[in-house]
This record gives sequence, C-alpha cells and structure tokens, in this order.
Amino acid sequence: MRRLGLYVGAALVTLVVAMALVSLFWTPYDPTLVVAGQRLQGPSAAHWLGTDAMGIDNFSRILVGAQTTIVVGVVSVGIAAVIGVPLGMLAGQARGWVDEVVMRITDIAYAFPALLLAILLAARFGASPVTAMTAIGLATIPSFARITRAGTLQVMRTDFVLAARASGIRWPGISLRHVLPNIAPLIGVQASVTFALAILAEAALSFLGLSTAAIVPTWGKMLRDAQTVMFNAPLQAVWPGLAIAAAVLGFNLLGDGLRDLLDPRLREVS
Amino acid sequence: MSAPTLPPDAAASTPLYRVRGLTRTFGRAGRVKALDGVDLDVSAGQRLGIVGESGSGKSTLIRLMAALDRPTTGSISFEGQEITRLPEPRLGFLRASVQLVFQDPRSSLDPRMTVGSIVTEPLRSRHLRGALGPVQAGVRLREVLDAVDLPPDAAGRYPHEFSGGQRQRIAIARALAPGPRVLIADEPVSALDVSVRAQVLNLLAGLVAANDLTLIFVSHDLAVVRHLCDTVVVLRAGRIDEQGPAEQVFGEPRSEYTRALVSAIPRIRV
Ligand SMILES: Nc1ncnc2c1ncn2[C@@H]1O[C@H](COP(=O)(O)OP(=O)(O)OP(=O)(O)O)[C@@H](O)[C@H]1O
Ligand SMILES: [Mg+2]
Repeated sequence: MRRLGLYVGAALVTLVVAMALVSLFWTPYDPTLVVAGQRLQGPSAAHWLGTDAMGIDNFSRILVGAQTTIVVGVVSVGIAAVIGVPLGMLAGQARGWVDEVVMRITDIAYAFPALLLAILLAARFGASPVTAMTAIGLATIPSFARITRAGTLQVMRTDFVLAARASGIRWPGISLRHVLPNIAPLIGVQASVTFALAILAEAALSFLGLSTAAIVPTWGKMLRDAQTVMFNAPLQAVWPGLAIAAAVLGFNLLGDGLRDLLDPRLREVS
Repeated sequence: MSAPTLPPDAAASTPLYRVRGLTRTFGRAGRVKALDGVDLDVSAGQRLGIVGESGSGKSTLIRLMAALDRPTTGSISFEGQEITRLPEPRLGFLRASVQLVFQDPRSSLDPRMTVGSIVTEPLRSRHLRGALGPVQAGVRLREVLDAVDLPPDAAGRYPHEFSGGQRQRIAIARALAPGPRVLIADEPVSALDVSVRAQVLNLLAGLVAANDLTLIFVSHDLAVVRHLCDTVVVLRAGRIDEQGPAEQVFGEPRSEYTRALVSAIPRIRV
C-alpha cells in the first residue's frame, strides 16, 4: 500500500519532468502562436486538449508550463534548504542562546505567509518568476529550519553521538557523518512537500498576475485565462487544474513514500 | 566514615581517576540531585563495578568521568589533571585514553554507517589522527574485528544486518580501536538476549585482561559485577552508600541497602 503511493508519486513526478524536458525540444504547436480562426475549440485529433481563447494549442501550453513548474519548485526548495538546513543544524547543535535566537526569528518568519511576501516583493521589485521563487523560497526557510532542528536534536541525543564525542569527534564530523545522513530522509520529505507547496503558490501567483511575464505559459496563468471563459468553456480550467493537482499530488506521495523507503529501521521491521 | 578502600598495591601511587565532592543536579533550581557529593578513586588496572538501583546516578557519574557532561560542583582529575573545567580542545589526553560501551547497541551504532566506518570513527579524532594513516586504520579495523570474533567482511555491512550480541561486539570493537587504557561500560549486556549475555561478558573480561585495561563497569546485575570486578561502589540516591573490595562488599555488606541488593542476587532478570 505504501509502496503503491511511492510508485504513483514517482510516476506523476516523472511525467511532469518528462513534459518539461520534451517541451524544450518539441511541442505540437508554438505555445505562443495566436490563431484567430480557431478560438476555444474542443479536443480534437489536431488539438488533443483543444485551444484557448486566443486560439493557442492547450496541450502545447501545458507541456511548456511544466518547465516553469519544475524551475520554480527546484529554485524555491533550493533557497529554502540551503539556508534552512544549516540554520536548523546550528540551532540543534549549539543549543542555548544561539538556538533561542534562531528559533525566535523563524517563529516570526513562519507567521509570514508566502503569498503576502510575494505580493510585497512584487510591489517592490516587480512581478517576475524570480520574485515569486525568492518569495516562496524565503517563506519556506522556517519549515526547513524547524524540521532540521527537530531531527538534529533527536540525533544529538543518541548514544552514537555520545560515543563520537567521547572519542573527541567535533561538530563538523558529527554534522557530516551522523546528523546529515540521519536527517536526510526528513529533509527529502520536506523538500518534496515544499516542492508541492511551491507549485501551488506559483500557480496562485500566476493566477493573480504576480509571477511570469505575459508571454511565458504557466499552469497558473492558464487558470487565470480560463476564468474569463468559465461558463462557455469550462474545460479550459480543467486542463491546468489537472496538471497542477497531478504535480502537487505526485510530489506529496513521493515525499511520503521516500520517508518509508529510506529508513533502515523501518525496513528492518517489515 | 572510613577512607575509601583501595587495592593495596594501588593505594601508594596516584590514582588514575580522582573524584571529589562530585555533585550534578538537574531541573529547575537543581531539584533533582542525580549525584550528591561523590568521592571516588580509580587506580590503573582496577576493575571497578558501580551498582545501585535505577536512578541512583550511575550513568550520570560515568558521563561526568568521560567528560560528556559538566558537574554542578566538585572535581574530577584524570592522571592528575583536572578535567571538569577544561574546554573540549584541551581534553585530548582524556579522549585518547577513555572509551565507552553503551547499554543498547541499537542506539549506540549509527544505522547509516557501515561497521567499518563505525569502528574506525574514533581514529578520525584529531587526538589520534597524527598517529594513524588510512592504511593503518584498515589494519587496526581488521585487528579489532578479529578481537571481538567478527568476520573481516563485517566491515562493509550495516548494523541492522547483525544480531544484538554481534552489534554489541561492534560497539566493543569501536571502543578498542583507538587503543584506550580505560574502558567504561554502562550496563553493556542488559539490552541483550539472555542467551548471549555470558558470551559478551566473557569477551569483555578477556579483552580487559589481554589489553591491561582499567574497567569501570556499571550494572544492575550484582552477580556479574562480582564475577568481573575487584572493587565495588554502591550508589544510592546520588551518594556512595558503600565501597570496597568486591569480596568484602558482597560477603559482609555493611549497609541495609547493600544487603538488600546483595540478597536479591540470585534472581532472573528480564
Ligand atoms: N539529562 C537529564 N535531565 C534531567 N534529569 C536527569 C538527566 N539525566 C539523569 N537525570 C536524573 O538523574 C537521576 C539519576 O539518573 P541516572 O541515569 O544517572 O541513573 P542510573 O543509576 O543510571 O539509572 P538506571 O539504572 O535506570 O540507568 C535520575 O533521577 C534521572 O531522572
Ligand atoms: Mg543508567
């Protein structure tokens, strides 16, 4: 049952990545090509998912939209992990006032919603994918720092860390050999879940017109376009909605599945 | 109160460990007195048993002696040098000489490291690195695996692939690797299957004799202490209730508490 979730998650994630890769070299049509004579067509052999209000091929837009999804996810998670994980490890190992300071800052940052941050950044620096990714990345630092700190505290309490300390192994060795490998599954799970969150947030920002420039197709912008023709062409909202749901579900399932797979103690029990 | 009884040959020389007025409290306002004014001498080559009921402070005492924790008040000197106030970088002489074996090898062996890297980790300590290169570390690994009756191919495997008794042998091998002079064992067999306890204890006794180790052995099991140790300290609520040669303490216990512990010797422990 658990394995099933992992496989489904891995399949969905692979699909999204494959779509992004394929679209780099090939799409059925130019995803920016406006064809006035074929607006809002239903699915057909020529246009598998029909066309949108400007006559652009929906399938081509969905394919290219996967690129933005992947890039936004990778960069957001990257920012959050590269800053959040060392912070969490520092807090969990130093304890005392260092821990206090780091955790109070993350508490405050945690209460600050990603979307609000994105809107503020967009107001200051202009709406762009970079603003969106930075906002999502910064806003998810606290959750990485927290999960890392919790995992670090757990590892630091073990007898194997005590044994290492008793031999004179210092914090760099303990961090690299004991803490990181043991919290890697936690971070992997967090990365997957955050990836899903970033996809959703980017879609929301696109929908609000706060992410990509008008020309780049994204799933969120497709949803935004679909809104205006909601009643005569409801399928227009279904395609990007399905794509977003599949990607979000995929990364969530993958995260859960990886956690079970990577833990040797669980493997031993089963 | 009589002076601490020491083996006759050791009484004249300076003790290896000299513990005076050792107190360690926990909790708000030091409500829990884990140790309360402990005086103790351990001489080179001694095999000291520490007994006492659960919560009497046995583990707290050895953690302090291994400089893994700091006392609230009191002093510990090792080879004439005070260790309780030394910063970690200056504890090298202790780190190079004292090794520990913990109660439960499931938590004292890092599940994500191979047996080879677990056993050689103490050799990475800055206090020993000068003395051993990678080649010598490999030689040492084979030596200690052999000393604890594990096959050389154990090095490439992970702890969860071994039985409880074998895992404790791995922990013992790690403790032997840096060539310590003092071995501290905190209930090293109580987490093991009854059927393998004797084996592991005999191995430990053999290694202590073969390597001329000073042994500090914590146990609930007085029968084992009687078999393994020449001197005994009885702890009760953080204080030393009685100490002396094993034969004397077990033969003619002076305190009511010790008498109760001793009379419970022939029991089946779960
Ligand atoms: N880190 C800690 N924080 C708070 N209290 C502690 C801590 N370590 C030990 N104690 C308390 O100190 C007392 C002595 O604990 P210790 O672990 O030394 O006992 P012990 O003799 O080893 O017991 P056991 O036989 O159960 O292992 C106990 O009351 C314990 O709850
Ligand atoms: Mg204990």
